Amino acid sequence: MEFLRPATWDEALAAKAEHPSALPIAGGTDVMVELNFDRRRPSALLDLNRVGELTKWESGRFEGQEGEVIRLGAAVPYARITRELSAQLPGLALAADTVGSPQIRNRGSVGGNLGAASPAGDAHPALLAAGRDVLVEAQSVRGTRLIPIDAFYVGVKRHSLEADELIRAVRIPVADGPQQFSKIGTRNAMVIAVCAFAVALHPKNGTVGTGIGSAAPTPRRAAEAEEFIAGELAERGLWQSGALIGPAATRRFGELVAAAASPIDDVRGTAAYRRHALAVMARRTLTWTWDAYTHSLRSAA
Amino acid sequence: MSPIRTEKNLQSITTAHPDGVGGSPLRPDGILKVRGEFAYSSDLWHEDMLWGMALRSPHAHARILSIDTTGALTLPGVHAVMTHEDVPGAKFYGLEIHDQPALAFGKVRFQGEPVAIVAADHPETARRALDRIKVEYEVLPTLTTEEQCLHPETYGYVHEPHEYKADASGNVVHEQKVVSGLGVTDEVRATADVVVTGDYEVGMQDQAFLGPESGLAVPAEDGGIDLFVATQWLHVDREQIAPVLGLPEYKVRLTLAGVGGAFGGREDLSMQIHACLLAQRTGRPVKIVYSREESFFGHVHRHPARLSYEHGATRDGRLVYCEARIVLDGGAYASSSPAVVGNAASLGIGPYEVPNVNMLALALYSNNPSCGAMRGFGAVQACFAYETQMDKLAAALDMDPVELRRLNAVSQGSVMPTGQEIDAPAPVAELLRRVKARPLPPALDLTDLDLRDLPGALSNTSHGEGIVRGVGYAVGIKNVGFSEGFDDYSTARVRLEVIGGEPVAMVHTAMAEVGQGGVTVQGQIVRTELGVERVTIHPADTEVGSAGSTSASRQTYMTGGAVKLAAEAVRNELLALGRRRYGWTWNDLSLVGGKVVSASAGPLVPIADLLGDSAIDVTREHHHRPTVAFDKETGQGSGHVQYCFCAHRAVVDVDVELGLVKVVELAAVQDVGRAINPLSVVGQIQGGATQGLGLAVMEEIVVKDGKVLNPSFTDYLIPTILDTPPQPVEVLELADEHAPYGLRGVGEAPTLSSTPAVVAAIRQATGLALNRVPVRPEHLTGTGG
Repeated sequence: MEFLRPATWDEALAAKAEHPSALPIAGGTDVMVELNFDRRRPSALLDLNRVGELTKWESGRFEGQEGEVIRLGAAVPYARITRELSAQLPGLALAADTVGSPQIRNRGSVGGNLGAASPAGDAHPALLAAGRDVLVEAQSVRGTRLIPIDAFYVGVKRHSLEADELIRAVRIPVADGPQQFSKIGTRNAMVIAVCAFAVALHPKNGTVGTGIGSAAPTPRRAAEAEEFIAGELAERGLWQSGALIGPAATRRFGELVAAAASPIDDVRGTAAYRRHALAVMARRTLTWTWDAYTHSLRSAA
Repeated sequence: MSPIRTEKNLQSITTAHPDGVGGSPLRPDGILKVRGEFAYSSDLWHEDMLWGMALRSPHAHARILSIDTTGALTLPGVHAVMTHEDVPGAKFYGLEIHDQPALAFGKVRFQGEPVAIVAADHPETARRALDRIKVEYEVLPTLTTEEQCLHPETYGYVHEPHEYKADASGNVVHEQKVVSGLGVTDEVRATADVVVTGDYEVGMQDQAFLGPESGLAVPAEDGGIDLFVATQWLHVDREQIAPVLGLPEYKVRLTLAGVGGAFGGREDLSMQIHACLLAQRTGRPVKIVYSREESFFGHVHRHPARLSYEHGATRDGRLVYCEARIVLDGGAYASSSPAVVGNAASLGIGPYEVPNVNMLALALYSNNPSCGAMRGFGAVQACFAYETQMDKLAAALDMDPVELRRLNAVSQGSVMPTGQEIDAPAPVAELLRRVKARPLPPALDLTDLDLRDLPGALSNTSHGEGIVRGVGYAVGIKNVGFSEGFDDYSTARVRLEVIGGEPVAMVHTAMAEVGQGGVTVQGQIVRTELGVERVTIHPADTEVGSAGSTSASRQTYMTGGAVKLAAEAVRNELLALGRRRYGWTWNDLSLVGGKVVSASAGPLVPIADLLGDSAIDVTREHHHRPTVAFDKETGQGSGHVQYCFCAHRAVVDVDVELGLVKVVELAAVQDVGRAINPLSVVGQIQGGATQGLGLAVMEEIVVKDGKVLNPSFTDYLIPTILDTPPQPVEVLELADEHAPYGLRGVGEAPTLSSTPAVVAAIRQATGLALNRVPVRPEHLTGTGG
C-alpha cells in the first residue's frame, strides 16, 4: 500500500489525479476502522493532514447562494464545529456533538462523513435540512465543481465525486431560523445512529428543511413533509402570527417523515422501530424549532 | 466512595496496619493503566519473533473436504503453516470435557472455529498467507434452536454419537435435576392459593474485556516452551496445552502477562496452543494477538437461556412450590457448560425458602458460538427469571415486592433445595430492607435541563417529553469457589528476608491478576500477618503450585487464604527462632511495625535483627472445606463452599415513546463478610452491577443461523459513562467463620441482581411484561425485535 503525504492542496489534487484509487484519510475515524477490520485494502492512502486549509472555515457571500454562507473546510473536526459554529450552523453543531466520543470528535470531520457517504453519517441529515443550496465543493486538477447536497448521495456508501476529485469544503448557508437534530442510539453515547432526523426552519423563504439518516440507502430529505408543513405555515399565516402549529399538523408532519424513509431490519434496529422513532423525533424537533421561532418573534416584537 | 461499614467483623486481626487487611491501599497497576503505560500481553516483544494467525471457518457447520496450504507455504516471509495433521500430541482439549480440536478436522461446528494456523515475519504477511489457504467445505444444516438440538433423530448431531464425550446424550452436554420436599405434584399445586408462571429469555452476553487474547510462546533449549499469556488459570492452561504439544507438563512453563480484563472469557484456551505449536515447529518465538473482531470468535460467551418458571404461594405470600426448567445454549463445545448447569440448577430457585421444588437445568450442544464462563456463571440467567417471578407474584397478591421477598428470604440455618444448610450469615431480608430504606434520587428537574441526565442524552431525543420514572428491586444468590466436590486449592509461597537492613516479604503465587486487585490484597495480608512495610509480589508463573482460577469470586478467599497460611507459618518460624535465641516465654507475641512485640512487655527486637542473614521461605496450600457432587436425579448434596448475596434498587427514566432508557441510580447493599480492601469491594460491586446493567439494556451477541451479526464494539454495545449511574453501595460485614478473615467472595453477586432490578424499574415505568433481556427500544415501543 502506498502512503501519499501531500504538503499542499495542489499536491493533494495532483496525487489524486495520479492515483485515482487512493483513499483520502484525514481524521481516520472511518478509514482506520475499515483497515483494522480488514474490510478494505486500498492501493494507496492519501493523507490530507498536512493540508492546513482543510481545517479552516470562513464566512462570506458566494455565488449561487443567498445570504451569508459558511465555507467549512473538509477536515474541520466535529469538536470545533460544536464549539465555534453553533450560532451559524446550529443543526450541524448539534449533530457534530452526537458523533462518537470526544476523541472521535477531535479527529472526525464533515469531509470524512461525505467521503464515506454512509447513510448513518451524523452530518448528513443536518446538511440536507440546512437547505437545497448547500453545496459540496469538489476539486480536482481539472477545476472546481459545486455539487448540490441533494445530488451528492447516489447510493449505499456511494457519492457523486469523480475518481480524481477531493472534497475541499462544504458551503452551508448561515441559519436564518431555528434548527434541530435528534438521533437514536441504543445507548446514551458513542453510538452509530439507529436513525436520525434534522429539521431547519427557513423563515426568509418560508420553507422547512428536513434530513433523514440511517433509514434509507442514502441520507434523504422528507420532501412531502417539507411541502406539507411549509404549506401549513403559509396558509395559516403562522410565520407571521407565531401561533401554535397544533397537534394535527405536527402529527401529520411526523407521519410524512416516517413515510419518506425506507428503512431495513438490521442488527441495530427494526424497520418498524425506525419509522416509529422518526415520526416521534420529527414531531418533537418541529415543536422545539417552532417554540424557538415564536419566542424569537415575541422577543423581536 | 468508602463503604458504610455497619457490622463489625468478629474475627480477630493480628495487627492494625493502614495498608493491611481492612485498609484501602491503592493498586500498583492502577495509575499505569489509567495513563496507558501498563504492559499488556499484547505489548509482548521478543527478538526474532514471528506473528501467528489462525484461519477460521466462515461456516457454522460444515464438513471439511480438503485443506490446501501450498499457496501460503510458498509466500515469502511465511515460516510455518499447520493443520490438524501437524498436531504432534492429543488432537482435543477442553476445560472439563476434551471435545474441542486444537485445529478442526472432519467438521467445523461453529463460525470462527480455527482450521489452520500460520507463522510469518509480519502480521500482514500472515494475513495474506491465510487468504492463500484453500479449504473446501461441504456446508451442513445448522442446529441452532432448542427444538432442533433436542431432536437429533430429525435434525442430526453436533457431535456424532460415536464421538460424543459428555455425560448425557444426543445434543445435551449435561443436565441436572433438583427435587426437594414433595417435588411439584398436583397435590402440592393444590395447596397454593396463587400461581404465577412465566417464560423468560436471556440473550448471549459477552465478557467484552478490553485487552484482546494475546501471548508469546518462546521455544526453550530443553525442547520445552515458555509461554507468556493473559489467562485466568495458568496451571489448567498447562494441563490442556502440554498433551497437545506431546510434552510433559514440566516442559511447558507459563508466566502471566498483563491481563486486560477477563470476566470468565479467559478460562478457556484461545491462542495458547496455536502459539506453542508454531513456536515448536519454527524454533522461533511466536506472538499472537487477536483483533477485536477475532476476539468475539476467540472466546466463549455467557450462555443464552430460555427459562420457564411456575411459582405457587399462599394468600399471605408464603412460597409453596417452584417448578423450573432452564435450557442453556452451550454452543459447539462443552467448555464449562456442565458446571454452569450445576449452578443454574442449584441456585436457580433464588435466595428463598421454597418447601417443594422441581428443577431441571440442561445445556445443549449447538452450532452457535461456544458458551462457558462469565461473571455470575449460570446464576445470572436464573436470577432474571426468578426475580421477575417474584414481582409477578407480588402483583398477583397485591403485596409490596420487597416485602414478599423479605417474607420468603433465606437466612442462616435455611436449607437450600439441594439439602445444603446455609451455615453462615445470610442477611437477605436485611439487604432488602436497607436498599429499600435508602433515600430516592430527586425527580428530574425539567426547568434546569441537562441533556446528559435524560434518556438519549446528547443525542437530543427528548427535552422532557415522554419520560416516565420507574423503580425496581432484586436480590440474588451466588456461590463462591468451585463446587460439586472440586478441590480448587491454592498455593502460596512467602519468603521473609532482610534487604538493605529492612525486613522484606516476597509473595509468590500463580494467581492471575486480571484486574480484580488480588496482588493488592496479597500485600495487605502479608503486611498484617508479618508487620512489615515492604512486600514484593513475584510474577505469577507455574514455578509455584496452582492458585486455581481467577473466577467464581474465589481468589481473595482461596489465594488470600493461602497467603495468610504461608505468612502465619513464616511468623511462627520467626517467633520460634526468637524463642530459641532469647528464651522468650510470652504467649502474646505479634509482629508490628517491623518488630516482634509482646502485648504485655512491649517491643522486643526488630525483625531485621532477629532474622539477620537468614531467610524464611514457606509454601502452603489452602483447601476450602470439601463439597460433594449433586445427586444426578435429585440434586441433593452440600455442593457449594459459600454463598454470597447482593440486593439492588434501580431507578430509571424511560422515554416511553422512543423506548430509550436512562438508569438514574443503582443502589446496592451486599454482605462481604469482611472487606479486606473496602475500596476494591466497592469497585467490584459497582463494576459487577454495571455489567448486569449492560445485560439489562444493551449487551447481546446477535446470532442468526449460527452466524454472529455484531462482532465489534460498534455494534456490541457496553455501557459508557453516560449509561452508568451513581451507585451508592452499603457493605455489611457479617463474618463467615469458615473463611479466612471471615471474608466472602464479592465479584459476582452484584452482576446477578442489577439486571432484574433495572428491568423491574423499566416495567414499572412502562407497564410492559418484558420477559427478555436485553430490553431493546423495539420491545418498549411495540415495533418488533
